[in-house]
Amino acid sequence: MSDHDYQPSSKLGKWFNDRLPLLTLSNHLQEYPTPKNLNYWWTFGGILTFCLITQIITGIILGMHYIAHAELAFGSVEHIMRDVNYGWLIRYVHANGASMFFLAVYIHIFRSLYYGSYKSPREVIWIIGMIIYFLMMATAFMGYVLPWGQMSFWGATVITNLFSAIPFIGESVTNWLWGGYSVDNPTLTRFFSLHYLLPFLILGLVILHIWALHVPGNNNPIGIDIKKPSKDTVPFHPYIVIKDLFALLLFLIVFAFFVFYSPNILGHADNYIEADPLVTPAHIVPEWYLLPFYAILRSVPDKLLGVIAMFASIFVLVILPWLDTSKVRSAIFRPIYKQFYWFLVADVLILGYMGAMPAEGAYLIIARVATAYYFLHFLVILPVLGRKEKTLDIPLSITEPVLGGFPNQATTKNKQNNRENL
Amino acid sequence: MKKFLKILFCTSLLLFNINYTKAAEKSAELLKVDWSFKSFFGKFDRASLQRGYQVYNEVCASCHSVKYLSYRNLTEKGGPEFTEEEAKAIASNFEVTDGPDSTGEMFTRPARLSDKFVMPYANDEEAKSANGGAYPPDMSVLVKARKGGADYIYSLLLGYEDPPADMELDDGVYYNKFMYGNKIKMSAPLSDDIVEYSDGTKASTEQMSRDVVTFLMWAAEPHLEQRHKFGFRVIIYLIIISILVYFSMKKIWSRIESKV
Amino acid sequence: MSESDKKKPNRRDFILTATTAAGAVGVGAAVWPLIDQMNPDASVKALASTEVDISGVEPGQSITVLWRGKPVFIKRRTKEEIDSARSVDLKELKHPEKDEDRAKNPEWLVMLGVCTHLGCVPLADKGDYNAWFCPCHGSHYDTSGRIRKGPAPTNMEVPKYVFVNNTTIKIG
Repeated sequence: MSDHDYQPSSKLGKWFNDRLPLLTLSNHLQEYPTPKNLNYWWTFGGILTFCLITQIITGIILGMHYIAHAELAFGSVEHIMRDVNYGWLIRYVHANGASMFFLAVYIHIFRSLYYGSYKSPREVIWIIGMIIYFLMMATAFMGYVLPWGQMSFWGATVITNLFSAIPFIGESVTNWLWGGYSVDNPTLTRFFSLHYLLPFLILGLVILHIWALHVPGNNNPIGIDIKKPSKDTVPFHPYIVIKDLFALLLFLIVFAFFVFYSPNILGHADNYIEADPLVTPAHIVPEWYLLPFYAILRSVPDKLLGVIAMFASIFVLVILPWLDTSKVRSAIFRPIYKQFYWFLVADVLILGYMGAMPAEGAYLIIARVATAYYFLHFLVILPVLGRKEKTLDIPLSITEPVLGGFPNQATTKNKQNNRENL
Repeated sequence: MKKFLKILFCTSLLLFNINYTKAAEKSAELLKVDWSFKSFFGKFDRASLQRGYQVYNEVCASCHSVKYLSYRNLTEKGGPEFTEEEAKAIASNFEVTDGPDSTGEMFTRPARLSDKFVMPYANDEEAKSANGGAYPPDMSVLVKARKGGADYIYSLLLGYEDPPADMELDDGVYYNKFMYGNKIKMSAPLSDDIVEYSDGTKASTEQMSRDVVTFLMWAAEPHLEQRHKFGFRVIIYLIIISILVYFSMKKIWSRIESKV
Repeated sequence: MSESDKKKPNRRDFILTATTAAGAVGVGAAVWPLIDQMNPDASVKALASTEVDISGVEPGQSITVLWRGKPVFIKRRTKEEIDSARSVDLKELKHPEKDEDRAKNPEWLVMLGVCTHLGCVPLADKGDYNAWFCPCHGSHYDTSGRIRKGPAPTNMEVPKYVFVNNTTIKIG
């Protein structure tokens, strides 16, 4: 990349940069050549960075007022909601922020699936992303335990009991996780500690994720390799920055509607009842963003196999770059894959719905079919499709298809393309 | 267009997922009330809050605590907005245990504004044994802790009926068409004119239910009015800045779009 | 990169300036709740006053009570202590205040037991004036709690208080 030649203009800048090349880094980030045809689905990386920072800042603040103790946690949350200056605002931003974070991460992942961003040479970006996603789920789960409501307590009980499925050592493992013989104060305090720690691990991985991205550069809707910098690219600043900012603001409008007008709609009413180890709520439902995995867990009749299926459903994503054998990245040029892509989207949404329903009767049958299809998609359809599918012709560059006829409408044309691609 | 339909389909599925709770497991269609606090600019009806406090105090408070409310909250903006003197007078009717004093003894004194609402029972066990084994839930966040929220509590208060002929009820169990399973251990708490409103409002059961649910909504969400006010400003601001950023973006991108 | 070099952003451009200004206002407004949350909250502010029973305090004795998380000295002074406090020439004082202003009821001295140097709690009946002495950095206070010697800049603070009746003081 050309920015290694960067020289700061001022003498002081040069002195500093020779010792710690922060200015080179900053210059690199500004000049980073980005494909000019990125559509709005590509703005979710920036949105996710914003979500992570927001969660960390609001989380640190809540940590100043929250008390991690089984007797006091519920009351301390009410103290935040009632007495702390703007405490209600900060807590609702944090609670709904988790949901918005997952909404954005799902869009980000499905964008990657559609445009083949996980394929060579971007496998490492993808795998780091999957680790981030997994840590996000762990963080969100432990965060949901902290208010110590009924759903916190029983969600924690059910999920930690998953580990009791491990043969021979299962019970020791759950007791070790709990620090006792049930979910109780020791569990709460360790969950608080880890809930505080994990976001910083995520932050570190996000830096690696971006670093790994900046080696090959962004994929793009057409999915071709481009020369950088070239007529096909724009510098990250200001072109991509302003576009990301615009998308972020639209995202914030949705976020604000949740925070200010229906702050509890994504939560569960039972979590406003203080934890009671003697009474289990009628339906234990995880937060919406974990529902598809919950459905997979429940659709397998065997306890151990259910747990294995659930973890396998994430692991299958990790090895996706090698399951998808197609050399063509973007679904635009893969007519059959495109159909299967939408089947998968529908399948995951159906799984999510089944995760919220009681595991019985027709719901259970549908959940089983959807679970089977989920694995079929990744383990059978993708490897076979990559070899059999007849793909469309791929342009050689982003600007190439229009160089012949519409010299002044290149980008307009691109935008039309993008809109159609969505 | 096809893609648009697909996205629409997926979004509706997603929304359906989120709203599944509304459709599922309901005993009867809840009574709908046009609460003043529901809308975009929703505020509490001040007089209704004050009457609601009276209903809570004279009817509910003998069994149900609201342990996260303090007497000072009664004077706060966005609440019943009693004057400080009124709230002090209310607080002084209750005895709280304080201490230890210099001799190590606990003593009682009249409650002050800074005290939390005095609870009817010392602990959950006493509450249970006094109510035939049923625990009268704390009402601080009760509205948020029940599906259907304010409508549900309102419906429940008005949902007492004679049980269907084929239903056997034990002693101390009552039929309520909105209760989960239709069996409730609280007898119908309200009846016409059980309280006498000082502002002359007729104390019908519907009126008292409405007032006390308004009070409970406020107890659960004391910053609701501020939240609505902030929300309006934040969203207006976001729309304006989005428009500004949009045109800035057009401006910046025009540098290359015309040049390629 | 070549395109952007040719046309550097025109900083005087109205729409960009307006956007930046509006953005700055928004960020400022969003940051305030994050700062204000550390200020004393509503429950802390509500605990502003406390009532103290002083019926058991004999002349020469003092009691210490907690108010807003700080010790408050309530001293019932003897005749000699009052006289020594009232006979001081104000010119000698680092922080001139009349004892009559500090103790409205001469028998009772009520003050925050916090050294005005760096916040330690002074010891009673110690130091050059046989009144209060701060062990941290050697500040000497007289029988009116005024700074006489040492690094502390001002006299110990007298909080707002009233005698509710003969045996009860309400502080705050």
